[in-house]
Amino acid sequence: MNLTLHIWRQGGPNDKGRFVTYPANDINEEMSFLEMLDVVNEDLEAKGEEPIAFESDCREGICGACGCMINGQPHGHRARTTTCQLHMREFKDGDEIVIEPFRAKAFKVIKDLVVDRSAFDRIIRSGGYVTARTGSPPDANAIPVPKLAADQAFEAAACIGCGACVASCPNAAAMLFTGAKVTHLALLPQGQPERYTRADSMVNQMDSEDFGHCSNFGECTLACPKGISLDVISQMNRDYLTAQLKGRDA
Amino acid sequence: MSNILNSHEPSGPIESAWQRHKFDIKVVNPANKRKYTVIVVGTGLAGSSAAATLGELGYNVLNFCFQDSPRRAHSIAAQGGINAAKNYQNDGDSVYRLFYDTVKGGDFRSRERNVYRLAELSVNIIDQAAAQGVPFAREYGGLLANRSFGGALVSRTFYARGQTGQQLLLGAYSAHAAQVAAGKIKMFPRTEMLDLVVIDGQARGIIVRDLVSGEVKSYAADAVVLASGGYGNVFFLSTNAMGCNVTASWRAAKRGAFFANPCYTQIHPTCIPVSGDYQSKLTLMSESLRNDGRVWVPQSKDDCWDQAAGKCGRHPNDIPESERDYYLERRYPTFGNLVPRDVASRAAKMSCDEGRGVAFNGRGVYLDFRDAIKRLGEDGVSARYGNLFEMYERITGANPYKEPMRIYPATHYTMGGLWVDYNLQSNLPGLFVLGEANFSDHGANRLGASALMQGLADGYFVIPYTIGHYLAQVGARGTDNEGAEFREAKESVNARTSKLLNIKGKRSVDSFHRELGQVMWDHCGMARNKEGLEKALQRIPEIRDEFWENVSVPGSGQDFNQSLEKAGRVADFLEFAEVKVGDALHREESCGGHFREEYKTEEGEAKRDDENFTYVAAWQFNGVGEKPTLHKEPLTFDYVKPSQRSYK
Repeated sequence: MNLTLHIWRQGGPNDKGRFVTYPANDINEEMSFLEMLDVVNEDLEAKGEEPIAFESDCREGICGACGCMINGQPHGHRARTTTCQLHMREFKDGDEIVIEPFRAKAFKVIKDLVVDRSAFDRIIRSGGYVTARTGSPPDANAIPVPKLAADQAFEAAACIGCGACVASCPNAAAMLFTGAKVTHLALLPQGQPERYTRADSMVNQMDSEDFGHCSNFGECTLACPKGISLDVISQMNRDYLTAQLKGRDA
Repeated sequence: MSNILNSHEPSGPIESAWQRHKFDIKVVNPANKRKYTVIVVGTGLAGSSAAATLGELGYNVLNFCFQDSPRRAHSIAAQGGINAAKNYQNDGDSVYRLFYDTVKGGDFRSRERNVYRLAELSVNIIDQAAAQGVPFAREYGGLLANRSFGGALVSRTFYARGQTGQQLLLGAYSAHAAQVAAGKIKMFPRTEMLDLVVIDGQARGIIVRDLVSGEVKSYAADAVVLASGGYGNVFFLSTNAMGCNVTASWRAAKRGAFFANPCYTQIHPTCIPVSGDYQSKLTLMSESLRNDGRVWVPQSKDDCWDQAAGKCGRHPNDIPESERDYYLERRYPTFGNLVPRDVASRAAKMSCDEGRGVAFNGRGVYLDFRDAIKRLGEDGVSARYGNLFEMYERITGANPYKEPMRIYPATHYTMGGLWVDYNLQSNLPGLFVLGEANFSDHGANRLGASALMQGLADGYFVIPYTIGHYLAQVGARGTDNEGAEFREAKESVNARTSKLLNIKGKRSVDSFHRELGQVMWDHCGMARNKEGLEKALQRIPEIRDEFWENVSVPGSGQDFNQSLEKAGRVADFLEFAEVKVGDALHREESCGGHFREEYKTEEGEAKRDDENFTYVAAWQFNGVGEKPTLHKEPLTFDYVKPSQRSYK
């Protein structure tokens, strides 16, 4: 198939940026979306032109490195699919595809489709962990975890930190990302001792970054390639509120 | 025997060797730890667990990764699980059994005492991860669940659906995050190590490039820990992430660290077959699928891939039971579909070589869940493998609940790596190597669910002790990065960068990488022979020469330039590949993942030559294109007597 790509090119954070149109010809439907971009890039490189910068690493949908807006949707139109797992059989001959970076004030563009998501790391560092010094834990089976809690904690812990939730949100909020970690640990016995200090610190860190506020659109959960549920936001709000009412050591 | 390679293994009974060793080695006074700085390169399981634990102990850690965040390293993609000798299933597992399985699985080419320690520490890893909140699979009573995995007769694999690597890495990342917050780890993401600085024979620092600004910087420390992963991408197509590379290890090798057993590469049997020439990477499907999936090829060639027609004969669902060859169950009745990876991979290749392949170019076999779905129902199968089935469907467009998957082996893991002693220290004092980047524990073949175990054992439980032994002896030496050695290394990095940018040739970086990968896969892949290896040794320098004359690396060195990053990595693969092929040529036997077609049993299984090759081959760099010097570390087996591996 032959496609027309409109791709956002931006030399760096201070460049204004613009769309540039590229043809992508003889695209095989078995290709992944990023392999299609590889083909375009290899041509550019051989001609001595700078290829389109985009991030990807595992290309198996788990590392969270990839992600761009494809026709206005983070990771494209296929539900629960990262950009690297989107395949060209989802498109048809003659399609025009608009490709942009994730847009959010908190995610500065580094180059073309590459953005800075380090705010996510700062949120985790503010409390997204259980303090468990290496060597001190008891036997793993000394802490039974009900299967339902373990399964629900896993669902929340499956977040890959790609940023699609922020990119899809009209307010560019990071509630789904932050809530996923708060919920993962709040559901487990291991997470109880620091539960409320964690919720309080992580929400404060999130607020200090350039993210917007949640107004319950719910776009984030639809855009999330791992299908993280909106419940994580309610869980975080509950724990945050408890921390305010009863104190961080509730 | 070459005395240059001293393994520093404790002597005496193996069961208490690590305990005695921990007592015998030196310890740094707690109040003095903050005077030492340690560089850690890499943030996979080994790197992040090491950085976190060294930070907890009080050392100042400088941690580097090329990804945008320490949460993304390729450990994250491990699916199936992590082994531990907990014996929670009461099925006869023990530290000794895990040790025995790992030595045997490695085809008697690993160091017994290292492997014993790994098995011993496996139980602590599960405790540590559970305490961090890693959401392992659980039974209804709230206790941990297990499954069995290729090459083992007991159920000792802990898992978190098909995302065990992700959950363990995020656990280590969370411990790491706590230490960053505490100020004990200084994290440098988007920063790539490009050289090792050696002063008076000791590793004292690294040169890095900031991948955003392009700035080349020097960092000095009291010790350098490399946890930079394996070299599987030398094949271009592999299940490794796009960014995985040999650069940190190779630059260390060029500064004097020995590279051990580079010919040992693991080919994973259950990957999605290649579908065309544009392919950028291969995708692994966890081998846990072999617990319930049955591997087969059609008996009749009419049902197999027809190159002229570009398709297969009958649809697999239309092929009756009696016309299917479940070749693993037929050849290995005891282990059946659960034979170790090297055995399963070669058996698939053998079937395809006979013309019975069922995917693009005749390179693929069926992995069928029909019987499992009959037994467990679609829901039962989905509970175990749901995310893998979804992934398969997304990539191939075919529904594995309705028809068999197609699979084929692909390069997955590299057992070889920088040579290290029992302390995980390389032959260069002060340079420690962890995880896949070292050669230490898996011999010539790694068992399933053992990579996560090794990465975390090295990072959480070995390096925190052994690095102290070194540091206590040398004392804190400050972080001055202005010396002549730093200047020289920095200049050589800058010179190489500007050389790459100024070739301005006509071919893309990837085109060279793909060409090298094809040579490696054809001649140094699943099966090797003398003639092919010699051909590869002739081709590699030719490709390398053309690379340095005709590669096109657009852009500048002063900003974010992905072509430049790739070019540097491919240039290193082009040098390293020659050492790997040379090692494969010199090892005139078959063992584990190294299969020389000249050396096999009558049934076609790998045939070792214990008399002549029971050693670790450690190669010393002598210059690009120059023959490296071979140093041998003899291996002795006091507990697990070498035997012909049999999985019948």
